[in-house]
Amino acid sequence: MAIKDYIRQRYFPQMWCPGCGHGIILNSLLRAVDELGLDKNGIVMTSGIGCSARISGYVDFHSLHTLHGRALAFATGVKLSKPELKLLVPMGDGDALAIGGNHFIHAARRNIDITAIVMNNRIYGMTGGQYSPLSGPGKKATTAPYTTIDNEFDVVNLSIAAGASFVARSTAYHVLECIDILKKAIQHKGFSVVEILSQCPTHYGRKNKEGDAAQMLEFQKNTTAKLGSKALENDPTLIPRGIFVDIDAPEYCEEYDKIVHRAMKASQNGKPEEPLVNPLIQQSCVTQ
Amino acid sequence: MARLKLKEHLINRDWCKGCGICVHFCPKKVLEIDSQEKVVAVRPEDCICCKLCELRCPDLAIEVVTEQPDQDDAGKDSINTSRQGD
Repeated sequence: MAIKDYIRQRYFPQMWCPGCGHGIILNSLLRAVDELGLDKNGIVMTSGIGCSARISGYVDFHSLHTLHGRALAFATGVKLSKPELKLLVPMGDGDALAIGGNHFIHAARRNIDITAIVMNNRIYGMTGGQYSPLSGPGKKATTAPYTTIDNEFDVVNLSIAAGASFVARSTAYHVLECIDILKKAIQHKGFSVVEILSQCPTHYGRKNKEGDAAQMLEFQKNTTAKLGSKALENDPTLIPRGIFVDIDAPEYCEEYDKIVHRAMKASQNGKPEEPLVNPLIQQSCVTQ
Repeated sequence: MARLKLKEHLINRDWCKGCGICVHFCPKKVLEIDSQEKVVAVRPEDCICCKLCELRCPDLAIEVVTEQPDQDDAGKDSINTSRQGD
Protein backbone atom coordinates (compact mmCIF):
# COMPACT_ATOMS: atom_id res chain seq x y z
CA MET A 1 0.00 0.00 0.00
CA ALA A 2 1.09 3.57 -0.57
CA ILE A 3 1.36 5.78 2.50
CA LYS A 4 -1.58 7.83 1.19
CA ASP A 5 -3.74 4.79 2.01
CA TYR A 6 -2.92 5.20 5.70
CA ILE A 7 -4.12 8.79 6.06
CA ARG A 8 -7.44 10.58 6.18
CA GLN A 9 -6.91 12.71 3.12
CA ARG A 10 -9.95 14.86 3.80
CA TYR A 11 -8.10 16.51 6.70
CA PHE A 12 -5.12 17.55 4.57
CA PRO A 13 -3.29 19.87 4.24
CA GLN A 14 -2.50 19.26 7.90
CA MET A 15 -2.69 22.06 10.48
CA TRP A 16 0.94 22.11 11.56
CA CYS A 17 3.05 25.18 10.73
CA PRO A 18 5.24 25.13 7.59
CA GLY A 19 8.35 23.07 8.33
CA CYS A 20 7.05 21.48 11.55
CA GLY A 21 8.98 18.37 12.49
CA HIS A 22 5.81 16.61 13.59
CA GLY A 23 4.85 16.24 9.92
CA ILE A 24 8.15 14.50 9.21
CA ILE A 25 7.53 12.16 12.14
CA LEU A 26 4.05 11.40 10.78
CA ASN A 27 5.68 10.69 7.42
CA SER A 28 8.25 8.34 9.00
CA LEU A 29 5.64 6.59 11.13
CA LEU A 30 3.41 5.92 8.12
CA ARG A 31 6.36 4.48 6.24
CA ALA A 32 7.29 2.27 9.18
CA VAL A 33 3.73 0.93 9.37
CA ASP A 34 3.66 0.48 5.59
CA GLU A 35 6.98 -1.36 5.48
CA LEU A 36 5.85 -3.69 8.27
CA GLY A 37 2.70 -4.38 6.24
CA LEU A 38 0.43 -3.88 9.25
CA ASP A 39 -3.32 -3.95 8.82
CA LYS A 40 -4.63 -0.48 9.64
CA ASN A 41 -7.66 -2.01 11.33
CA GLY A 42 -5.31 -3.67 13.81
CA ILE A 43 -3.73 -0.41 14.96
CA VAL A 44 -5.02 2.00 17.58
CA MET A 45 -3.46 5.41 17.98
CA THR A 46 -4.20 7.36 21.12
CA SER A 47 -3.01 10.90 21.67
CA GLY A 48 -3.36 13.63 24.29
CA ILE A 49 -3.42 17.38 23.73
CA GLY A 50 -1.08 19.65 21.86
CA CYS A 51 0.33 20.09 18.38
CA SER A 52 1.69 16.54 18.49
CA ALA A 53 -1.67 15.08 19.51
CA ARG A 54 -3.30 16.24 16.29
CA ILE A 55 -1.47 13.39 14.58
CA SER A 56 -4.19 10.92 15.55
CA GLY A 57 -6.67 12.81 13.38
CA TYR A 58 -4.59 12.34 10.25
CA VAL A 59 -4.03 8.60 10.37
CA ASP A 60 -6.61 6.15 9.11
CA PHE A 61 -6.22 3.81 12.10
CA HIS A 62 -8.56 3.48 15.06
CA SER A 63 -7.85 6.66 16.95
CA LEU A 64 -8.58 8.26 20.31
CA HIS A 65 -7.87 11.94 20.87
CA THR A 66 -7.94 12.06 24.65
CA LEU A 67 -7.07 14.21 27.66
CA HIS A 68 -3.85 16.12 28.15
CA GLY A 69 -1.12 13.70 29.26
CA ARG A 70 -3.53 10.76 29.48
CA ALA A 71 -2.87 9.16 26.10
CA LEU A 72 -0.94 6.31 27.75
CA ALA A 73 -3.68 5.74 30.31
CA PHE A 74 -6.26 5.35 27.55
CA ALA A 75 -3.86 3.19 25.57
CA THR A 76 -3.36 0.93 28.61
CA GLY A 77 -7.12 0.48 28.83
CA VAL A 78 -7.43 -0.36 25.13
CA LYS A 79 -4.49 -2.78 25.26
CA LEU A 80 -5.76 -4.63 28.34
CA SER A 81 -9.21 -5.12 26.83
CA LYS A 82 -7.97 -5.99 23.33
CA PRO A 83 -4.38 -7.23 23.60
CA GLU A 84 -4.34 -8.28 19.94
CA LEU A 85 -4.30 -4.63 18.79
CA LYS A 86 -1.13 -2.63 18.20
CA LEU A 87 -1.02 0.57 20.24
CA LEU A 88 0.82 3.62 18.94
CA VAL A 89 0.97 6.59 21.28
CA PRO A 90 2.61 9.71 19.87
CA MET A 91 2.99 12.43 22.48
CA GLY A 92 4.59 15.84 22.68
CA ASP A 93 7.33 16.55 25.19
CA GLY A 94 5.01 18.42 27.55
CA ASP A 95 2.19 15.95 27.05
CA ALA A 96 4.42 12.96 27.81
CA LEU A 97 6.67 14.29 30.54
CA ALA A 98 4.99 17.22 32.24
CA ILE A 99 1.29 16.59 32.79
CA GLY A 100 1.61 12.97 31.63
CA GLY A 101 4.87 12.24 33.42
CA ASN A 102 3.34 9.89 35.95
CA HIS A 103 1.44 7.91 33.34
CA PHE A 104 4.63 7.71 31.33
CA ILE A 105 6.83 6.23 34.06
CA HIS A 106 4.14 3.82 35.25
CA ALA A 107 3.41 2.54 31.75
CA ALA A 108 7.16 1.97 31.41
CA ARG A 109 7.30 0.25 34.80
CA ARG A 110 4.51 -2.17 33.82
CA ASN A 111 6.18 -2.94 30.51
CA ILE A 112 2.85 -3.03 28.71
CA ASP A 113 3.07 -3.63 24.96
CA ILE A 114 2.63 -0.04 23.75
CA THR A 115 4.82 2.02 21.44
CA ALA A 116 5.27 5.50 22.94
CA ILE A 117 6.69 8.10 20.59
CA VAL A 118 7.90 11.30 22.25
CA MET A 119 7.88 14.03 19.60
CA ASN A 120 10.29 16.33 21.36
CA ASN A 121 10.26 19.90 20.03
CA ARG A 122 11.23 21.35 23.45
CA ILE A 123 8.30 23.74 23.65
CA TYR A 124 4.54 24.00 24.07
CA GLY A 125 3.77 25.14 20.55
CA MET A 126 -0.02 25.17 20.44
CA THR A 127 -0.48 27.42 23.46
CA GLY A 128 2.05 29.99 22.30
CA GLY A 129 5.58 28.82 23.05
CA GLN A 130 5.87 28.23 26.80
CA TYR A 131 8.93 26.28 27.93
CA SER A 132 8.52 22.58 28.69
CA PRO A 133 10.36 20.08 30.93
CA LEU A 134 12.49 19.24 27.90
CA SER A 135 13.50 22.80 26.97
CA GLY A 136 16.63 22.72 29.11
CA PRO A 137 18.43 25.59 30.83
CA GLY A 138 19.40 28.78 28.99
CA LYS A 139 16.59 28.62 26.43
CA LYS A 140 14.17 31.40 25.57
CA ALA A 141 10.42 30.93 25.60
CA THR A 142 7.41 33.21 25.97
CA THR A 143 7.34 32.27 29.67
CA ALA A 144 11.11 32.67 29.99
CA PRO A 145 12.08 35.95 28.30
CA TYR A 146 15.37 36.00 30.25
CA THR A 147 16.02 32.30 29.54
CA THR A 148 15.07 29.20 31.49
CA ILE A 149 16.88 27.91 34.58
CA ASP A 150 15.22 24.46 34.68
CA ASN A 151 17.20 21.38 33.79
CA GLU A 152 15.59 19.10 31.24
CA PHE A 153 14.66 15.44 31.52
CA ASP A 154 16.73 12.96 29.60
CA VAL A 155 13.91 10.92 28.06
CA VAL A 156 16.17 7.96 27.33
CA ASN A 157 17.62 7.67 30.84
CA LEU A 158 14.24 8.31 32.41
CA SER A 159 12.61 5.54 30.38
CA ILE A 160 15.40 3.09 31.11
CA ALA A 161 15.20 3.82 34.83
CA ALA A 162 11.41 3.46 34.76
CA GLY A 163 11.70 0.00 33.19
CA ALA A 164 10.91 0.37 29.49
CA SER A 165 12.21 -2.64 27.58
CA PHE A 166 12.93 -0.77 24.33
CA VAL A 167 14.38 2.73 24.37
CA ALA A 168 15.67 4.61 21.35
CA ARG A 169 16.32 8.13 20.12
CA SER A 170 16.37 9.59 16.65
CA THR A 171 15.67 12.92 15.00
CA ALA A 172 13.32 14.26 12.34
CA TYR A 173 16.38 14.87 10.18
CA HIS A 174 17.56 11.23 10.20
CA VAL A 175 14.48 9.88 8.44
CA LEU A 176 15.83 6.52 7.35
CA GLU A 177 17.18 5.77 10.83
CA CYS A 178 13.91 6.97 12.29
CA ILE A 179 11.82 4.64 10.10
CA ASP A 180 14.09 1.73 11.03
CA ILE A 181 13.87 2.47 14.77
CA LEU A 182 10.09 2.91 14.62
CA LYS A 183 9.75 -0.45 12.86
CA LYS A 184 11.78 -2.14 15.60
CA ALA A 185 9.84 -0.33 18.33
CA ILE A 186 6.47 -1.35 16.88
CA GLN A 187 7.60 -4.98 16.58
CA HIS A 188 9.03 -5.04 20.11
CA LYS A 189 6.95 -6.89 22.69
CA GLY A 190 6.78 -4.62 25.72
CA PHE A 191 6.85 -0.91 26.40
CA SER A 192 8.91 0.85 23.75
CA VAL A 193 9.90 4.48 23.93
CA VAL A 194 11.20 6.33 20.89
CA GLU A 195 12.26 9.91 21.46
CA ILE A 196 12.33 11.80 18.18
CA LEU A 197 13.85 15.28 18.23
CA SER A 198 11.54 17.53 16.28
CA GLN A 199 11.69 21.18 15.29
CA CYS A 200 9.30 24.02 16.06
CA PRO A 201 10.43 26.85 13.77
CA THR A 202 7.46 29.02 14.80
CA HIS A 203 8.18 29.25 18.52
CA TYR A 204 11.35 27.51 19.66
CA GLY A 205 13.33 28.30 16.54
CA ARG A 206 12.28 31.93 16.41
CA LYS A 207 12.83 32.59 20.12
CA ASN A 208 16.19 30.87 20.22
CA LYS A 209 17.42 32.19 16.88
CA GLU A 210 17.86 28.73 15.40
CA GLY A 211 16.65 29.81 11.98
CA ASP A 212 14.09 28.21 9.71
CA ALA A 213 13.01 24.57 9.54
CA ALA A 214 15.90 23.52 7.29
CA GLN A 215 18.48 25.16 9.57
CA MET A 216 16.91 23.51 12.61
CA LEU A 217 17.23 20.15 10.85
CA GLU A 218 20.88 20.96 10.12
CA PHE A 219 21.24 21.68 13.84
CA GLN A 220 19.84 18.21 14.66
CA LYS A 221 22.31 16.72 12.22
CA ASN A 222 25.27 18.60 13.74
CA THR A 223 24.46 18.12 17.43
CA THR A 224 23.72 14.40 17.45
CA ALA A 225 25.81 11.32 16.78
CA LYS A 226 25.15 7.62 16.46
CA LEU A 227 25.76 5.39 19.48
CA GLY A 228 29.22 3.87 19.27
CA SER A 229 30.40 6.28 16.59
CA LYS A 230 33.82 7.97 16.53
CA ALA A 231 32.14 11.37 16.52
CA LEU A 232 30.43 10.65 19.83
CA GLU A 233 33.64 9.34 21.34
CA ASN A 234 35.51 12.50 20.37
CA ASP A 235 32.78 14.89 21.46
CA PRO A 236 30.67 13.65 24.40
CA THR A 237 28.56 16.82 24.32
CA LEU A 238 26.77 15.47 21.23
CA ILE A 239 23.36 13.90 21.81
CA PRO A 240 23.58 10.14 21.22
CA ARG A 241 21.14 8.52 18.78
CA GLY A 242 20.23 4.91 18.29
CA ILE A 243 18.80 2.01 20.28
CA PHE A 244 19.83 2.19 23.95
CA VAL A 245 17.85 -0.73 25.37
CA ASP A 246 16.22 -3.69 23.64
CA ILE A 247 15.55 -6.49 26.11
CA ASP A 248 12.99 -9.25 26.58
CA ALA A 249 11.03 -8.70 29.77
CA PRO A 250 7.67 -10.06 31.02
CA GLU A 251 4.90 -8.18 29.23
CA TYR A 252 2.00 -6.83 31.28
CA CYS A 253 -0.94 -8.25 29.30
CA GLU A 254 0.62 -11.72 29.22
CA GLU A 255 1.29 -11.58 32.95
CA TYR A 256 -2.28 -10.42 33.50
CA ASP A 257 -3.56 -13.38 31.46
CA LYS A 258 -1.54 -15.72 33.65
CA ILE A 259 -3.12 -14.23 36.79
CA VAL A 260 -6.58 -14.65 35.28
CA HIS A 261 -5.84 -18.32 34.57
CA ARG A 262 -4.46 -18.86 38.05
CA ALA A 263 -7.50 -17.26 39.61
CA MET A 264 -9.85 -19.34 37.44
CA LYS A 265 -8.01 -22.53 38.34
CA ALA A 266 -8.02 -21.71 42.05
CA SER A 267 -11.71 -20.97 42.04
CA GLN A 268 -12.46 -24.18 40.13
CA ASN A 269 -10.39 -26.32 42.51
CA GLY A 270 -11.57 -24.69 45.72
CA LYS A 271 -15.26 -24.06 45.14
CA PRO A 272 -16.30 -25.58 41.83
CA GLU A 273 -19.77 -24.02 41.83
CA GLU A 274 -18.74 -20.44 42.48
CA PRO A 275 -18.38 -18.32 39.35
CA LEU A 276 -15.35 -16.03 38.98
CA VAL A 277 -17.47 -12.98 38.38
CA ASN A 278 -19.23 -11.42 41.34
CA PRO A 279 -22.89 -12.61 41.12
CA LEU A 280 -24.14 -9.14 42.02
CA ILE A 281 -22.32 -7.62 39.07
CA GLN A 282 -23.53 -10.43 36.84
CA GLN A 283 -27.09 -9.82 37.96
CA SER A 284 -26.93 -6.11 37.31
CA CYS A 285 -25.53 -6.78 33.85
CA VAL A 286 -28.44 -9.11 33.09
CA THR A 287 -31.07 -6.64 34.28
CA GLN A 288 -29.59 -3.94 32.09
CA MET B 1 22.52 -1.91 -7.50
CA ALA B 2 20.95 -0.20 -10.45
CA ARG B 3 19.72 3.26 -9.81
CA LEU B 4 16.02 3.90 -10.18
CA LYS B 5 14.88 5.96 -13.14
CA LEU B 6 12.78 9.04 -12.61
CA LYS B 7 9.32 9.15 -14.05
CA GLU B 8 8.07 12.36 -12.46
CA HIS B 9 7.89 14.46 -9.30
CA LEU B 10 4.28 14.45 -8.14
CA ILE B 11 3.82 17.66 -6.15
CA ASN B 12 0.55 18.34 -4.42
CA ARG B 13 0.38 22.13 -4.53
CA ASP B 14 -2.62 22.23 -2.22
CA TRP B 15 -0.71 20.45 0.53
CA CYS B 16 2.72 22.08 0.05
CA LYS B 17 3.37 24.95 2.47
CA GLY B 18 6.68 25.98 0.94
CA CYS B 19 8.75 25.29 4.08
CA GLY B 20 11.80 24.66 1.90
CA ILE B 21 13.09 21.53 3.67
CA CYS B 22 13.11 19.53 0.42
CA VAL B 23 14.83 22.37 -1.44
CA HIS B 24 17.52 22.74 1.23
CA PHE B 25 18.38 19.05 1.50
CA CYS B 26 18.13 18.02 -2.16
CA PRO B 27 21.66 16.79 -2.97
CA LYS B 28 21.29 17.77 -6.64
CA LYS B 29 19.38 21.06 -6.24
CA VAL B 30 16.50 19.78 -8.35
CA LEU B 31 13.81 21.65 -6.45
CA GLU B 32 13.02 25.32 -5.98
CA ILE B 33 10.30 27.42 -4.38
CA ASP B 34 8.29 29.39 -6.93
CA SER B 35 6.63 32.81 -6.64
CA GLN B 36 3.56 31.25 -5.04
CA GLU B 37 5.72 29.69 -2.29
CA LYS B 38 5.20 26.17 -3.55
CA VAL B 39 7.89 23.71 -4.52
CA VAL B 40 8.60 22.93 -8.19
CA ALA B 41 11.04 20.53 -9.82
CA VAL B 42 13.14 22.86 -11.98
CA ARG B 43 15.90 20.41 -12.89
CA PRO B 44 14.23 16.99 -12.95
CA GLU B 45 16.96 15.66 -15.27
CA ASP B 46 19.47 15.96 -12.37
CA CYS B 47 17.33 13.94 -9.96
CA ILE B 48 19.01 10.80 -8.61
CA CYS B 49 15.79 9.49 -7.03
CA CYS B 50 17.17 9.40 -3.49
CA LYS B 51 13.64 10.30 -2.37
CA LEU B 52 14.90 12.32 0.59
CA CYS B 53 12.49 15.13 -0.36
CA GLU B 54 9.61 12.67 -0.20
CA LEU B 55 10.77 11.21 3.14
CA ARG B 56 11.39 14.60 4.77
CA CYS B 57 8.25 16.37 3.55
CA PRO B 58 6.16 17.24 6.63
CA ASP B 59 3.12 17.76 4.43
CA LEU B 60 3.30 14.50 2.42
CA ALA B 61 3.13 16.80 -0.59
CA ILE B 62 5.88 15.37 -2.79
CA GLU B 63 6.28 11.96 -4.32
CA VAL B 64 9.14 10.83 -6.53
CA VAL B 65 7.62 8.41 -9.00
CA THR B 66 10.24 6.03 -10.37
CA GLU B 67 10.44 3.11 -12.73
CA GLN B 68 12.91 0.26 -13.03
CA PRO B 69 15.73 1.14 -15.44
CA ASP B 70 15.96 -0.59 -18.84
CA GLN B 71 18.14 -3.69 -18.99
CA ASP B 72 20.79 -1.85 -21.08
CA ASP B 73 21.13 1.00 -18.59
CA ALA B 74 21.12 -1.20 -15.54
CA GLY B 75 24.85 -1.92 -15.49
CA LYS B 76 26.29 1.54 -15.80
CA ASP B 77 24.66 3.14 -12.76
CA SER B 78 26.42 1.24 -10.06
CA ILE B 79 27.42 4.20 -7.91
CA ASN B 80 26.07 3.69 -4.46
CA THR B 81 24.78 7.12 -3.52
CA SER B 82 24.83 7.88 0.17
CA ARG B 83 21.26 8.64 1.15
CA GLN B 84 21.86 10.12 4.54
CA GLY B 85 24.58 12.17 6.16
CA ASP B 86 25.58 11.56 9.72
